Amino acid sequence: MTAVPQANAAGDAPATETLVDRARWAVKDSWTIVVQEFLHLVHQPSTFAWQLGMPVVMVLMFVYVFGSAMDVTGMGAGVGYVDYAMPGMFAMTIAFGFMNTAFPVAFNKEKGFVDRFRSMPMSSSAVVTGRGVADIIQAAIDLAVIVGIALLIGWRPGGTPGETLAAFGLLLWLRLALIFVGVWIGLRVKNTEAAGSLFAIAFPLGFISSVFAPPDMMPGWLGAVAAWNPVSSTASAIRELFHTPGVELATSGYWIEGHAVAGAVVWPALITLAFLPLAVRQFQRLGR
Amino acid sequence: MPPSALAIRAVGLTKRYGDAVALDGVDLSVESGTVHGLLGPNGAGKTTAVRILTTLTRFDAGSAEVSGHDVRTAPRMVRRAIGLTGQQTAVDDLLTARQNLVMFGRLFRLDKGSSRRRADELLDQFSLSGDADRTPKKFSGGMRRRLDLAASMILAPRVLFLDEPTTGLDPAGRREVWQAVRELAAGGTTVLLTTHYLDEADQLCDRISVVDHGRNLVEDTPSGLKRRIGDERLELTVADPADLDEAARLVEKVTDATPDRADDGTTLSVPVPDGVGALTEVAAEVRAAGLTVADIGLRRPTLDEAFLQLTDQQPDATKEQVR
Repeated sequence: MTAVPQANAAGDAPATETLVDRARWAVKDSWTIVVQEFLHLVHQPSTFAWQLGMPVVMVLMFVYVFGSAMDVTGMGAGVGYVDYAMPGMFAMTIAFGFMNTAFPVAFNKEKGFVDRFRSMPMSSSAVVTGRGVADIIQAAIDLAVIVGIALLIGWRPGGTPGETLAAFGLLLWLRLALIFVGVWIGLRVKNTEAAGSLFAIAFPLGFISSVFAPPDMMPGWLGAVAAWNPVSSTASAIRELFHTPGVELATSGYWIEGHAVAGAVVWPALITLAFLPLAVRQFQRLGR
Repeated sequence: MPPSALAIRAVGLTKRYGDAVALDGVDLSVESGTVHGLLGPNGAGKTTAVRILTTLTRFDAGSAEVSGHDVRTAPRMVRRAIGLTGQQTAVDDLLTARQNLVMFGRLFRLDKGSSRRRADELLDQFSLSGDADRTPKKFSGGMRRRLDLAASMILAPRVLFLDEPTTGLDPAGRREVWQAVRELAAGGTTVLLTTHYLDEADQLCDRISVVDHGRNLVEDTPSGLKRRIGDERLELTVADPADLDEAARLVEKVTDATPDRADDGTTLSVPVPDGVGALTEVAAEVRAAGLTVADIGLRRPTLDEAFLQLTDQQPDATKEQVR
C-alpha cells in the first residue's frame, strides 16, 4: 500500500492560504464539479434527451399543428411562422433552463451532497460556480441541437454573422442570469418534489411572452405582461438580430418591444443583481 | 489537559432554532483513537451536535475543538482533519464507484495520480474492488454505505463522524458497516457515531454518551451503562398460563421478591443479586412442583432497558422534540 495521504499532516498546505491560492482552488474545484456533471451525461444520456424532448415536441407542435393557422406576420396564415417561432423556441429553451439548475441543486441538497462538500476543505463557492459553468455549457449544447432542428425545417438567420453570434450571446446571457434564480430556488425548496412543481412557474414565464405570438395581438393587460416579460425581450431582440421577416418591433404598442435588444441586455443584468445576492445568502443560511 | 489527547472537546454546546432548543449545553470529550457513541432518541440533538462539530452549523454558545482546532475560528483546519458520513448516503449514483472516489480525491486536493491510487486503495480496503466500475445505483444498502465511508476516508481523517451510519440498512448491511467501522478504529481513527440502535452502540463503542432533549444524561462504557441499571434478572416462562400463579409463588419463595409478569401471561422476571444460585433453586422448586417450563434463564439488562430507564428519569417539562 502506498503512503496514505494523511489529513492535516506536517508538510500539508499552510493554514492560511493567500487569496491567489484560494482563487486557484476555486477554479480547480469548480472544474472538478463540471467534470462530474458531464460524466452524468455520459452515464445517463436520457436526462439530456428529456431536457431536450420538451422543446423539440414544442417546435413540431407549434410549427405544424398551430402554426398553419397563425398569422403573426400579416402575410397570411402559416406564412413565415417558422421564422417567427424558431427564435421564440430558442428563447423558451433557455428560459426553461432555470429548472435544469434548480432541480439538481435541490437534489444535491436533499441527498446530503451539499453537506458533504461543505464539510470538506474544498472551495465552498465551487459547488455553485461549477454548477453554473456546467449549465452554461449544457445550454449551449441544447441550443445547438434546437438550432439544428430549426435549420432542418427551413429556418435561416437573416442577419450578418456578427448579428447571429450576438443573438446567441444574448440567449446565453439570459441563461447565466437564470442560473442564480435556479440556485436560489433549488436551495430554498424543501425537496426535489417541490422543485418538480416549478413547471407551474415555468409555463406562464415561457408562454405569456412574445415566444409564440406578438404581445400586440393579445388583450391589453396580458399583452403588457407579455411584453415586459424578460423572456420576450430576448425573443424579440434575437428576432431583430436574425432579421425575421414581418417583425416590426419599432411599431409595437409597447415601448419595451421597440427596445428589445437593450431589454435583452438589461433584464438579465437586473435579474443577476437581484438573485446573485439572494443565492449567496441562501447558501450561507445552510449554516444556520 | 494536552489538546493532543482529546480528539473532540466540546463544552456547553448550545443551539437554538427560534424558540426551540436543539442543544442545551452538551459536553463531549472523546479521546484519540476511541470509538465514541452518541446515543439518544430522535430529536435528542445528536445530528445537531455532529453538524456543529463538522462545521456545517453555527452554534449559539459553548466551545468546540476537533483535533485541536477551534470549530468556530478555524473551520478550514477542522475540515482538513475530519471525515463525515451523514445520514444520507452522499455518493453520486450516476458515477461509478471509482469515479466517485476520484472526484472526492480531487476535491480533497490530491493530484490526478494520487486520487486514482487512493481510490483503488479504498476500493480494496472496503471490499469494493470487484464493483469499482459499476454505478452505486444497483449496489446493496451496505455496499453504498461502504462506498460512502470510503469517500469520507480519502485523507485518512483523524476524526471520523458517522451520523446514524446503519439507519435503513438490512441486518447484513449493518454487519458490513460495523465491520468497516471496527477496521477503521483498529487503524487508529477516532470515531464519533450517532445511533438510536442500542445494540450498535454496544457493539462498536468504547464509551457512550446518552443524550436526550439536548442534554447529557450519562456517559459510560457499554457495560458500565448496563451495570447502572442494576442486577441480572431471572426469567421464567411456563408452558401453560394456568401454571403462572404457582410459578410466581415459587419464585417469590426463593428470591423474596415479587416477580414482574410480562404481558404474554406466561413469563415472570425478577432481579436476582445471586443469579446462578437463584436459578438453580428456582429450577429445582419448579421441577418438584411438576410444572412444565418452556424457558428459564438469566439475562443482563439490555441497553434498551438501560436507555428507557435513563430517559424516563428526565422531567417531563423538557420533553419538546427538536429535529
